[in-house]
Formats: sequence, C-alpha cells, structure tokens
Amino acid sequence: MIENNENSVDIKTPFIEVRDLAFAYEDADGRRHEALRGVSLSIPKGQFVAVLGHNGSGKSTFAKLLNMILLPDKGEIYVDGELVSSPVEPDEDTIFAVRRRIGMVHQNPDNQIVASVVEEDVAFGPENLGVAPDEIRRRVDASLDAVGMREYALATTSHLSGGQKQRVAVAGVIAMLPECIIFDESTSMLDPSGRRDVMKTIQYLNRERGITIIHITHDMSEAALADRVVVLSDGELYLDGTPDEIFSRPDKLRAVALDVPQSVSLLHELAKSVEGFRVPDCIKDAEECAEYISMEFDRLGISAR
Amino acid sequence: MRDITLGQYFPGNSALHKMDPRAKLILTVIFIVVIFVARSVSALLLLSAVTIGMMCSTGISPRVYLRGIKPIMFVIVFTTILNLFMTRGDELLFEWGIIHIYRDGVNNAILMVVRITLLVLGSCVFLSYTTSPISLTDGLESLLRPLSKIHVPVHEFSMIMTIALRFIPTLIEETDKIMSAQKARGADFSSGGLIKRAKALLPVLIPLFVSAFKRADELAVAMECRCYRGGEGRTRMKVLRYHARDGVMLGIMALTVAAVVIANIYVPIYRLR
Repeated sequence: MIENNENSVDIKTPFIEVRDLAFAYEDADGRRHEALRGVSLSIPKGQFVAVLGHNGSGKSTFAKLLNMILLPDKGEIYVDGELVSSPVEPDEDTIFAVRRRIGMVHQNPDNQIVASVVEEDVAFGPENLGVAPDEIRRRVDASLDAVGMREYALATTSHLSGGQKQRVAVAGVIAMLPECIIFDESTSMLDPSGRRDVMKTIQYLNRERGITIIHITHDMSEAALADRVVVLSDGELYLDGTPDEIFSRPDKLRAVALDVPQSVSLLHELAKSVEGFRVPDCIKDAEECAEYISMEFDRLGISAR
Repeated sequence: MRDITLGQYFPGNSALHKMDPRAKLILTVIFIVVIFVARSVSALLLLSAVTIGMMCSTGISPRVYLRGIKPIMFVIVFTTILNLFMTRGDELLFEWGIIHIYRDGVNNAILMVVRITLLVLGSCVFLSYTTSPISLTDGLESLLRPLSKIHVPVHEFSMIMTIALRFIPTLIEETDKIMSAQKARGADFSSGGLIKRAKALLPVLIPLFVSAFKRADELAVAMECRCYRGGEGRTRMKVLRYHARDGVMLGIMALTVAAVVIANIYVPIYRLR
C-alpha cells in the first residue's frame, strides 16, 4: 500500500518546485506585509528538508502556499512537474489533489484532531477521499502501526499527551497516502519526550517509506537531522545546503538571529582551541557528540576530565 | 472534570450495548409510544417487567438507574399531588375540609407516576446508558439521511455533534486553566449573590470564547488540509449494519406491543382509565 521506496534522493526529478514565489498579507489597516518575496526552490522526491527562520521570516507562509491554503500573489508551484498554481486561480479539484499528495501536520495538536476516538480521527482523511470502508480500515491500522500508536486505536483523543496527539495527526495524514508531508512547527508545542517521538516518526517515514519531508522549525537540533537545511530570512532564501555546510557558518546564522545547535557549536569551539581536533563530517545529536568528543580526546591523548 | 461528556454512557458488552444504534433509536421511539398506549394495570405491569428485564440484561448497577430517576423526583411528586387533588370524578374516596380525593384522581396519579418512571428508565436503558455518543450520532445521521433529499443538512448536523463531543473535554480543561489564572490574579468565584457570581465569570468567558474561535479557525484549516469537502462523496470506515440480534430485539419489542394491546383490551385486571 504505502510505497516502500529506497531512500535514494533523485535529484533529477524535483517533486516540488517553486519559482519566484511571492505573497503579501494585508493587515486590518490595509497595509501590505510582504511575507515572501521571490523564493525559488526545488525539492527532490524523498528528501528531508528542514526550513529554518526566525519569527516573521515567511517560513509558515511558505508551508501554507505549498499546501494551497494560501494562493501566491506571484510565481509558480510545480508538483511532480505539473503546474498547480500560477497567477490564474487553480480549480478546487486541483487543490484537493495537491492536498492529498502533500499532507500537512499543524502546530497545535489539539486543534487538528476532529474525532473523539483515535482510529475515527485517523479515518477522517480517507473518508473524505471516498475510500472504500475495508480499505480505510486497512490504512488506519497500517498508519497507526507506522507511528507506533496501534495500541491506542480505541483511546479517547483528549486523554493523550501532546506528543501522542501529534503522532495521531501524523497517522491521519499517512492514511491519505501522501508523497510528501509538511510539518508546520509541529514540535514547537511539545515537551522534550514528545518532540523526540515525533522526530523519530518523521525520520522513520522519510527513511523507510520514502516520504518527502518538509520540516518547518526553529529548533536547530531538529534541523541537524535533515538532509538539507533551507534558511529563510525576511521572505527571501538566505542559505541552502546540507546541515554541515549551514552549521559551519555560525556567523552567517547569527546575522539572522539564528544559532547553530549546541553540539555543533561545541565541536567548532573545540576545533578552534584544541590543536588537531577534527570536526566530524556529519552532524551528531547530543549523545553521539559526547561520544565523538571523548573518542577524539583519546586519539589526541587528552584526558577528558 | 475531564471525563464529562454528553449523556452518561456506561461501556459494557450486553446485547443492548452491541445493538445497532439505529435499531435502538427505533426501539426507543416504539417503547415511548407503547408507554402511552398502556392503560390497564396488567399492561403497565407487563411493561414494567420488560423494562426491568432489559435493565438487568445490561449489567449496569441498579444504583445507577436510581440515580437516573433522582433528578425527576420533583416532577413525579408534583404530578402525583396535582392529579390526586385536582381531578374531579364520581366516586369520592376521601374528604377533609377543602380536600377531595376521587377514585379517578388516584388512578391518574398512579398512571402518570408509572409512565414517567418508565419513560426515563426506558430511554436510559435503550439509549443513553448503553449507546456511546459517537454511535448515537452515527445512528441519527444514518436514520435521518433521507431528509437530506429535501435539503435538511443532516451530515452537517452530525459533523457539528462529532466536533462538539470532541471539544467538550478540551474546553472544560481550558476553562479550568483560565479560572486558575484569574484566581491567581485575585478573582473570586465563590462568594456573593447570583448576579455577583455571574459577573465574576465574565473574565473567564471572554478569553474562553476568544480561544474557541481561534481553535475553530485552525480546525477548519486542518480539516480542509485533510480534504474535507462536506458530506458529498464521503465514505465511512464503520458502516452500520443490522445484525440478527437487532431483529431479535425488535421482535421482542413487537411482541411487547402486541401483549400490551391485548392486555389493554382483553385482560383489563383494572382499567385505570
């Protein structure tokens, strides 16, 4: 059912491509605020992209445009090579076809769950698509398995923790068999253990199911887990590269009020002050980072005290 | 506070619990009609026996049913007094000053008490105690679906019910939070007269409404993201199906109706009216 792609990022065929995307909000006084001004970006199938930016950088607007909650003022959006949004307003069928293929998990776990029972909520998406009942049942069970919430299938949604609710929301999206899922600051309202569970689920979906992930966040350690980091600032594309490339330039990040993950920053500081200390090629999470540092210290013959 | 929902559902595994909600709704309507058809002592006794039998079959404690009767105790006492003293008839049983009690008054009082009690117990046992609010909503939607042909928004109503049920615990939790926050700022909810207390609730209600509107907005976007486009072309994971047990239950109810009619006409142990 859910296609089990190899985790090969196919650079040649972009799944989502945006060209010169612009959008402006109009506030109550009629003043225009440019949220995005001319962003061009191409995201290949199966890639895990983290979108970073401080408040007001346009990262949430970007997500809403991809999901067609908002329609751009200017610029084109291509999904799988097909032009879905141009200045000409797309019809409803196109919009819903895009939403089926590009799912979205929102910020507040409480405000995106529709039903009182977990499995009923997961079934909501496929029910809207008019999927046959037996097939819905199969998809609901498979989706709950994928996020590790099968044992809660009959639980009351309001009794779950924030992280569990968010995983139910993810299951609800997976049940629609999307090719891409956008996480719009989905971890920002969770406690540390909830964040960890959701991030594990995201990584699983990306690696094992080949689902393209666009993770909008302002948490650097989460961005470090991605294949690619895109930094937006003031509605423009500011930096675009692998986490290593991005985090090796802390000064550039600090210029737009962002910071590198603490572990990365520590490794760079060590490289500056300890002779021979090498910064590893791939970014580690806190635990691996500690392990790496002690290994490096052993190699350099420094006793870590 | 967190477990409050509409109605009071007691989960269980009895035949009544497992019944199709549509069949239960039909059953309840028939039961209510038959309560008002029954006029003789024999018919009322029969109905009471059936109700008590059903109550026992659900495995819910009799104390729960007593608790269900409690709120309507006042209505029962009130109608008894009204019927007893206000009904005029031919056969005077008791006279003292301005108080006259006639045979018809006693009859009416008994009839009303039994009917009201059966009405409440019946709707508890057939619907609210044994049917979860969700399946009740599904059953109602399915039964009323023909009305959508004449543009009654049946699906929309059922969606509203589903969302309301989902958000009741969330909003209760939020009310708790706002009340604590206002208490921390020195608000007093528990002293003063009715008007003063109602006024004290205003600083709770306003933030609650503001946040409820915000929630509604976000939920609407989330539903659209999940391709919700109204009831048309929508399927359901759980399709309601009638089973043999629904037929058996409806059969029992049909027998009861027949027995009550016969008891009314042919076995009037005592005709109450």
